[in-house]
Amino acid sequence: MAFLDKHKKIETHATLLMVLSLLVVSIGGLVQIVPLYYLDNTIEKVEGVRPYTPLELAGRDIYIREGCYGCHSQMIRPMRDEVERYGHYSLAAESMYDHPFQWGSKRTGPDLARVGGRYSDEWHQDHFTNAKSVVPESVMPPYGFLANNVLDGRYIADVVATHRMVGVPYDDAMVENAQADFMAQANPDADTDGLLARYGDAVNVRNFDGRPELTEMDALIAYVQVLGTMVDFTTFIPDASR
Amino acid sequence: MCAKKVTQKPGDVPTTGHVWDGIEEYDNPMPRWWLWTLYACIVWAIGYTIAYPAWPMISRATPGLLGASTRADVAKEIASFDEANSAIKARLVEADLAAIPNDPELSSFAQNAGAAVFRTNCVQCHGSGANGFAGKGYPSLIDDDWLWGGDMEAIHTTITHGIRNTTDPDARYSAMPRFGADELLDRDQIAQVVEHVLQLSGQPFDAALATQGEVVFAENCVACHGEAAQGDPTQGAPNLSDAIWLYGGSREAITQTVTYARFGVMPNWNTRLTEDEIRAVALYVHSRGGGE
Repeated sequence: MAFLDKHKKIETHATLLMVLSLLVVSIGGLVQIVPLYYLDNTIEKVEGVRPYTPLELAGRDIYIREGCYGCHSQMIRPMRDEVERYGHYSLAAESMYDHPFQWGSKRTGPDLARVGGRYSDEWHQDHFTNAKSVVPESVMPPYGFLANNVLDGRYIADVVATHRMVGVPYDDAMVENAQADFMAQANPDADTDGLLARYGDAVNVRNFDGRPELTEMDALIAYVQVLGTMVDFTTFIPDASR
Repeated sequence: MCAKKVTQKPGDVPTTGHVWDGIEEYDNPMPRWWLWTLYACIVWAIGYTIAYPAWPMISRATPGLLGASTRADVAKEIASFDEANSAIKARLVEADLAAIPNDPELSSFAQNAGAAVFRTNCVQCHGSGANGFAGKGYPSLIDDDWLWGGDMEAIHTTITHGIRNTTDPDARYSAMPRFGADELLDRDQIAQVVEHVLQLSGQPFDAALATQGEVVFAENCVACHGEAAQGDPTQGAPNLSDAIWLYGGSREAITQTVTYARFGVMPNWNTRLTEDEIRAVALYVHSRGGGE
């Protein structure tokens, strides 16, 4: 074990100590992180998962801005009580286009991973405006001001392009038409053929908040109404060994 | 500073050779118990990575000898509960809806199962006491007033397909025209018909306007709400002659309703709940007091 006696050399050489420490720490980190990029179960592709539409993406940004993740998780764990309450446990693929993911770790409010379609748009609006009006025991703060903030989607193409830069497969048409798609999704009278062709027929197109203008309320409701609805669990059966 | 006197003499234990301002460091061996704990932990860790999924290989991690899998565990646990209840659930699914309340065993099971489903999925809109939120469009389920019918069959259909949603083609659907916004009636006519509705529901009203409103009502409203404004559960038209109001019964609220109409949405639950759960919660709702 003669080489163990050489520690004096490292301990008395600050730069060497730093370089070697970094090396040791990197190995620990790499062993944990690198396999996640190639193991089948962490990169499992699941049918139905699509990139967010520009309006949903804007809603997601509002979700992050308002710190919703501080009280709501978006991650149903594979446990019976959670599956019975919230629905099928979350799959890695369902947050593959989330940058950053919104799994969270704190549940002051309920998990939102499958809240999409569970309540009506009107309910969401009532609830965002004053949560206690529909859930008297709620401690959620009011977010009614979202309905006053009108959006024009001026920068939404940049947001889409940025997400493309970090790996979300938005194509050129999606970036170019981002603002048009953004406006069309909250307007049932608009020409939505392009939007539906790009993002699929299952995209919710309606005036989410019932107001003539497109507001942050529209964007946030569009976002929560798509959460957890992309994968059809009547046809998808997850591999239990994963 | 040092509470304990150093009794060891120089030379008893070798030093590490480090010297700093004349201070030296003894090279004492690690305590035995500490070392053995460390070795035991290393052995445990090796055993653990063999027993449980651990080492990343080419396409997946080593599965581990015990075959541990959280996905398989949760599937097994859910299956075990499903199996324990499978007989009574099968009976619930096959039973004639109207006959369930007469079967004490089945009814007791469905009541409890339905209460759990209701607490998880329904209370957000209908309230924890099923009393709804008056004036906000979330109907009370404990009164005798039913928009789409209050017998077991009707409640079951409503829960299964929902109301006016875009996700189930069989959803119950009806849309009141936007009499004001779409200029089907002018302001005066709306004011008249509102007074007539106030009269129908036994509230203070302006007699002159209400008389004119009767004509407007007969031409525009009776098709759905009926001659006596008693409503029609086959098309979700509410009874206007009682004191129960989904969106409020004040002059302002009724004017708002006639002008812009209302379009309450309920999700379809057939994609989230199983048939036995839907039947259980239908029975639960039916038994809240208002079931027909």
